[in-house]
Amino acid sequence: MKRRRNRDLSMTGYLYIAPWLAGFLILTVWPMIQSIYFSFTDYSLLEPARWVGMSNYRNIFTDDTSFVHSLKATVLFVFLSVPLKLAAALLIAIMMNRKLKGMHFYRTVIYFPSLIGASVAVAILWNNVFGVQGLVNQLLSVFHIEGKNWIGMPETALGTLIVLAVWQFGSSMVIFLAGLKQIPGEYYEAAAVDGAGKLRTFFQVTLPLLSPILLFNLVLQTIGSFQMFTQAFIVTKGGPVESTYMYALLLFDKAFAHFQMGYASALAWILLVIIAAVTALIFATSRAWVHYETEGS
Amino acid sequence: MKNMKRSFASHLLLIVISAVMMYPVLWWFGAVFKPSDELSSASLIPHHPTLKNFSEGWNAITHYSFSIFFGNTIGLAVSVVAVAVVSCSLVAFGFARMNFPLKNFWFSIVLLTLMLPNQVTIVPQYILFDSFGWIDTYLPFIIPHALAGGIGGSFFIFLFVQFIRSIPKELDEAAKMDGCGSFKIYSRIIVPLLVPAIVTVSIFCFLWNWDDFFGQMIYIQSIGKFTVGLALKMFVDSQSAAPWGQLFAMSLLSIVPGAVLFFFTQRYLVEGIATTGLKG
Repeated sequence: MKRRRNRDLSMTGYLYIAPWLAGFLILTVWPMIQSIYFSFTDYSLLEPARWVGMSNYRNIFTDDTSFVHSLKATVLFVFLSVPLKLAAALLIAIMMNRKLKGMHFYRTVIYFPSLIGASVAVAILWNNVFGVQGLVNQLLSVFHIEGKNWIGMPETALGTLIVLAVWQFGSSMVIFLAGLKQIPGEYYEAAAVDGAGKLRTFFQVTLPLLSPILLFNLVLQTIGSFQMFTQAFIVTKGGPVESTYMYALLLFDKAFAHFQMGYASALAWILLVIIAAVTALIFATSRAWVHYETEGS
Repeated sequence: MKNMKRSFASHLLLIVISAVMMYPVLWWFGAVFKPSDELSSASLIPHHPTLKNFSEGWNAITHYSFSIFFGNTIGLAVSVVAVAVVSCSLVAFGFARMNFPLKNFWFSIVLLTLMLPNQVTIVPQYILFDSFGWIDTYLPFIIPHALAGGIGGSFFIFLFVQFIRSIPKELDEAAKMDGCGSFKIYSRIIVPLLVPAIVTVSIFCFLWNWDDFFGQMIYIQSIGKFTVGLALKMFVDSQSAAPWGQLFAMSLLSIVPGAVLFFFTQRYLVEGIATTGLKG
């Protein structure tokens, strides 16, 4: 490698990134290597790890109904909550992309659920709101609709978690809004001159120009949703009949309730492979639908 | 005229959306002042307002009041924020302003770890920290952040790098002419200009650690060291029939620190999310 001019190339930079580099090697790389090893062992923390070969993986795939249930619940959750959340975020961002008095207030109000949504506090609130005596049923009774035990029934329990996730569309909305503000007004003017209607303008101007941001939000939300824990742990406790037994709950139970560290490590690697595959799939398809402007801005 | 009509329609729609989104929260605000027989009403306003939920909830867990839990959580979150801001800004300065071999490679690793699920490393990390004797201490939260890692660590580095790149390099060069070394450039030039990013990082770091229920649950065991989140969960589990009024009151208090921080700094915060989201 030849450099035309060796501009300040020195090792001083390493002093600055040293904390991160040390942390990365000790707290990420090393644990990940260990985790591969543990995934082939039987390890309870009390006794040294015992090599068992592929048996953890074999048990997970052939002999663990909880794994099947949790995978189903997690995939359903991700595939329903992420598109709904992004659709809501995009729709409302477009509505908010205009000069109106009080926009700042609306933006704050709509962002607020995203701010508090991950807390134990909101999970407790949700548990009550969707309970038999809860707010949702009270509101329904006003319209003479009979309430349900939303959390107690396998058909609806996952729905309460999806509603909770979609309720927090604010953070994606803020990112969309910032993207919309970057679209030059001339594009819309040109579309108007061509006589394009609102819907056509949206599909031919707004959506293509916003597609890199859509990709960013999609990847971020997908990865995040796969790891959902607190809400499922508190609102539905994974039940009923494991219909909301999120992958992170399964992992937690195996590792920290049953201390099957080897088994849990195998579960963690399977999760990583799934998330990586889904992310790779999103990126692979993105070539077809993400539009990048040719000039670098 | 047409414009006025349209903006009226927009306002109406936005008000309806805001109202629907805030309804559960507003109901919650009302519920904390309701006596227990009013709790199953959808009304926002309590008929016979009472403060009993707060006074009884605060001491609902025997031997430990919520003062301890709030003190613990604030102490934990503040120390994590302090070390994270220092470490992540130093690392970001290295990436944004220094030239060193393999720089681009390491920076792409930072971006990659941004997407790495926490749960992949949690089991071996737990085993590692267990061997250090760090279980039931706050070190599993503080040390990773001191090494520019932990929850959101890579995101904070990324955010700082983006921000530092937008600071004109001429400032560095002028300082260099005056004989400033790289650390002086960092501390005298960059840090003062970095304040908006520092605010954003601090808020996110505070909130995410406050809400890191998974981590707190596995690492903290003795009740005296419990965070608010753990205490709330214990409160739910300890009663056969949940005293909802008290639970709501304590839950509501638990989001107050984050909400207050947010309202004082929201301009920075929302811009911060927007710029990093975009420039990625």
